[in-house]
Amino acid sequence: MPKDGGIGASSKRREDVRFLTGNGNYTDDINMRGQAYVHFLRSDVAHGTLTNVDVSAAADMPGVVQIFTGADFEAVGGMPCGWQVTDKHGEAMQEPKHPVLAHGKVRHVGEPIAAIVADTLAQARDAAEAIVVEIDELPAVINMKDAVKEGAPKVHDELTSNLCYDWGFVEENKGAVDEAFKNAAHVTTLELTNNRLVANPMEPRVAIGDYNRSDGEHTLYTTSQNPHVIRLLMGAFVLGIPEHKLRVVAPDVGGGFGTKIFHYQEEAFCTFAAKAINRPVKWTSTRSEAFISDAHGRDHVTKIQMALDADNNFTALRTDTYANMGAYLSTFAPSVPTWLHGTLMAGNYKTPLIYVNVKAVFTNTVPVDAYRGAGRPEATYQLERLVDKCAHELGVDPIALRRQNFITEFPYATPVAVEYDTGDYVATMDKLEEMADMAGFAARRAESEAKGKLRGFGVNCYIEACGIAPSNLVGQLGARAGLYESATVRVNATGGLVVMTGSHSHGQGHETSFAQVVAEMIGIDESMIDIVHGDTSKVPMGMGTYGSRSIAVGGSAMVRATEKIIAKAKKIASHLLEASEGDIELKDGAFSVAGTDKSVAWGDVTLAAYVPHNYPLDDIEPGLEETAFYDPSNFTYPSGAYSCEVELDPDTGHVTIERFAAADDFGNVINPMIVTGQVHGGLAQGIGQALMENCAYDDEGQLLSASYMDYAMPRASDLPMYDVDHSCQTPCTHNPLGVKGCGEAGAIGSPPSVVNAVLDAMRSGGFDVPHMDMPVSPQRVWAAMHGGAEAAAKVGVTASNAKPNA
Amino acid sequence: MYNFDIAKPTTIADAVQALTADEAQPLSGGQTLIPTLKARLAMPSTLVSLHAIDEMKGVCMDDEGRLCIGGATTHATVMKEAEAHYPGLASLAARIGDPAVRNRGTIGGSIANNDPSACYPAGALGSGATICTNSREIAADDYFLGMFETALEEGEIVTEVKFPVPEKAHYEKFIQPASRFPLVAVFVAKFADGVRVAVTGASNNGVFRWTEAETALSSNFSADAVSNLKASADDMISDLHGSAEYRAHLIGVMTKRAVAAMS
Ligand SMILES: Cc1cc2nc3c(=O)[nH]c(=O)nc-3n(C[C@H](O)[C@H](O)[C@H](O)COP(=O)(O)OP(=O)(O)OC[C@H]3O[C@@H](n4cnc5c(N)ncnc54)[C@H](O)[C@@H]3O)c2cc1C
Repeated sequence: MPKDGGIGASSKRREDVRFLTGNGNYTDDINMRGQAYVHFLRSDVAHGTLTNVDVSAAADMPGVVQIFTGADFEAVGGMPCGWQVTDKHGEAMQEPKHPVLAHGKVRHVGEPIAAIVADTLAQARDAAEAIVVEIDELPAVINMKDAVKEGAPKVHDELTSNLCYDWGFVEENKGAVDEAFKNAAHVTTLELTNNRLVANPMEPRVAIGDYNRSDGEHTLYTTSQNPHVIRLLMGAFVLGIPEHKLRVVAPDVGGGFGTKIFHYQEEAFCTFAAKAINRPVKWTSTRSEAFISDAHGRDHVTKIQMALDADNNFTALRTDTYANMGAYLSTFAPSVPTWLHGTLMAGNYKTPLIYVNVKAVFTNTVPVDAYRGAGRPEATYQLERLVDKCAHELGVDPIALRRQNFITEFPYATPVAVEYDTGDYVATMDKLEEMADMAGFAARRAESEAKGKLRGFGVNCYIEACGIAPSNLVGQLGARAGLYESATVRVNATGGLVVMTGSHSHGQGHETSFAQVVAEMIGIDESMIDIVHGDTSKVPMGMGTYGSRSIAVGGSAMVRATEKIIAKAKKIASHLLEASEGDIELKDGAFSVAGTDKSVAWGDVTLAAYVPHNYPLDDIEPGLEETAFYDPSNFTYPSGAYSCEVELDPDTGHVTIERFAAADDFGNVINPMIVTGQVHGGLAQGIGQALMENCAYDDEGQLLSASYMDYAMPRASDLPMYDVDHSCQTPCTHNPLGVKGCGEAGAIGSPPSVVNAVLDAMRSGGFDVPHMDMPVSPQRVWAAMHGGAEAAAKVGVTASNAKPNA
Repeated sequence: MYNFDIAKPTTIADAVQALTADEAQPLSGGQTLIPTLKARLAMPSTLVSLHAIDEMKGVCMDDEGRLCIGGATTHATVMKEAEAHYPGLASLAARIGDPAVRNRGTIGGSIANNDPSACYPAGALGSGATICTNSREIAADDYFLGMFETALEEGEIVTEVKFPVPEKAHYEKFIQPASRFPLVAVFVAKFADGVRVAVTGASNNGVFRWTEAETALSSNFSADAVSNLKASADDMISDLHGSAEYRAHLIGVMTKRAVAAMS
């Protein structure tokens, strides 16, 4: 029976009322009295020495308040990086300076050179055109292979090369892995790219800086997934503002997908400039600016190899990846290809020996950082494409090969340093086979063929690590932040309550699902609970939302705080009921004495807490407000099996997705409808990556896909009706809710099955192409059918995505 | 966007007059021009809106049996009102952009702009339409001169487009995955005295007639007649979304499909 409230109920998303009726309060909806507007003059060349930035004519233009250049920021710090990776020789990564405004050199198209603050935006833009910028152009390094060649032009003159780090994981295993390859009965090799993407949240980034002379307090309103992280990074590392004098507010945020995790120059600029000119300063990104200033995602080029014994057991895996960092290290960039990628390479399989090598490379492109899935989609894509290729080389069923190598006993310690607490990969694969109606596939294929089309079926598994993360562990791995979460539960006298959570909702529906958890614990109606987030002046220090961590870490903090509330409320109830505390039971919003009909309502207890006339003041304080910080003891490991069925038009190469099934194990599920919605969104992005999206640069570092005219976003009509299931549930063993996280699964789990399906369709038409890179666009499919994999590999390839070894 | 003045004439004569101002430019649906202005890629001093000129709006049949569409008629109106008279053209209009674009964008704007990937140029050239301006009538064959180039003079307005109605016609569009404009699209129209085939999206010289296909189809109007024809890849557009060879190939596929759809 579906519940009508609490944990497991598909409660309607309460926040949607304001979003859908135009009553949301997004950052751009905020306008401060007397605000000025900033326009950033951005570099239109990828690499060059700034020889002159002359603002004198522009400064006299109408409405101009002040123009800032890199020189104005010499005294403040640069943009900090939040993660330090140690390379395979034990050395720290190369970490270049990242100025707020370009100074000395420009290093990518879109890098801000000057900031023009004026009374109106049009005036700021007019003045920008009067600024004289002289740049001595330098050769740009765009392709990662070229960037690491001896004698390549250096993105950062102060570094020894364009190599940020050369990471080996686990370095001590390398010898054993290589040995296993020598003894293998079969080796499958695959070279692939994980295409660079632009995140494209519906709401572009916005920042408003405000400064109050009377108390010296700075406020930054910003489109952020983690306002406290911005406060810490910007306050401590960039501007030197103590946290008690800096408030960061991230109100309604229209989608983040990772790209709004990071601390950006525009935020630091608006905060700094508001004090400098003593007026609020507002910046709203245009969509065109977003393409060249929001951190991009993915962009890995990988060679991966699997060794198998004579019985088709996986014996060893090794990978060799180039990961693009772009021109500067964005906040968490170094962690993505390493700790969020290498640690996932075991996937769902008991491969005993694994070695991962990652070379992170600087290029004259926009910085690259986490994007929905961050590292885990890259790991899943390589591994699941490789396993499919393996199956075809060996002539065995791809599902059978997977099943044969599944991890079946938990907890399971992988050879790449993580321990999966729970999972049941057989169960999700069983479920998937049922959903995919594999028995009916032959008939559906025949139907397609009768229309002159080809039909293909593809499958993959995935595992991800969510609920990031144990602070002491990530500290050892190089994180410069803790990764706990916080919650304060403030109960009011009349029984309603507010949860102030360090998690941030930018579309995930926390205001609904978090309330369901507390409602269930206390036994009160969800409408009595409000969820507050996104304001450092209201919420205790929290780490924000990314890595599918909100319910697993933020939810756990909220559970702990609510447990404290219940414990105290029971003390108050025991006083009111004149019974011993151990006999008090809380059920359906009332406290009763076990075995009696004596009870007192939730509201009576909360009232007593704030009107403590009849109250055990000698034992406990009045009031009912508790805070908890939760630091997880492990990651969570959602997993699943996905399948995709495509129809391919052999005359044009056009692929349509006819069926898509997703069987996920997210552990316990708080709100099935919201979880389904999260999977749908993730699938759209994964399918978008597989079929359409491609962020491409030419060899001079100009972004070729710099608008929606050339950057293909998936639309509803490109996507099928999904078949999504999350009934396979192996609860997480180490957090109080038994939850695992679901936000990224769809994007992580879908690209390989799409590509596997397209290759299967092609094979059925007699085109045996071992691999095609994403996006498998019509022209690439057509080229592959007419000229094979080699022809396909040349299609749509630009300087940025050419393979290192090609 | 830079500042500009706006004129809102209600007659063609007043619009022509307004366009004599220095750096004046017509504004129709604005679906091309407004984004250009927002990106500061154009700096007209006066925009002459054609929106309030009733004599430039509407769809009707003339005495010669031609479908006449006013230059300021939106794609949405053509989609609805041309359906009974010239379904092949109505279906072309119905597939331009999205509902917002179709409710603002106009045939005059599309034909004047002559984007190498636009739909209407294929419909007009493929139908052998006549482009009427405030001062003359121009045959489609003489009107489309190249990428973003037409026979229009400075200050000349497309007031109406007159389409001979063929026995049957079909527009086959293969979309560019990002913009959803045609990557390659082909308009095939079968008249009593022959077949016209117009191709858009493919050539560096803008919309063009594929004469080999016209000849083949004029003697045998069947998909088989064109199944072995290959368009040349010379001078085809090559970009992120399709090589010249791929586009040339698609011309054949789209032509064959357009014919098959009519058989
Ligand atoms: C999201 C989107 C998708 C689109 N998809 C397609 C598509 O699939 N296929 C397609 O064909 N088009 C597409 N378009 C373009 C659309 O059809 C435009 O409406 C059309 O190209 C221009 O018409 P307009 O009325 O908007 O002209 P405007 O933008 O107002 O003007 C365009 C140009 O023509 C001039 N002009 C306008 N009217 C006249 C006139 N009567 N006489 C002389 N000069 C004139 C203007 O000065 C300007 O230079 C799309 C546009 C958008 C925004």
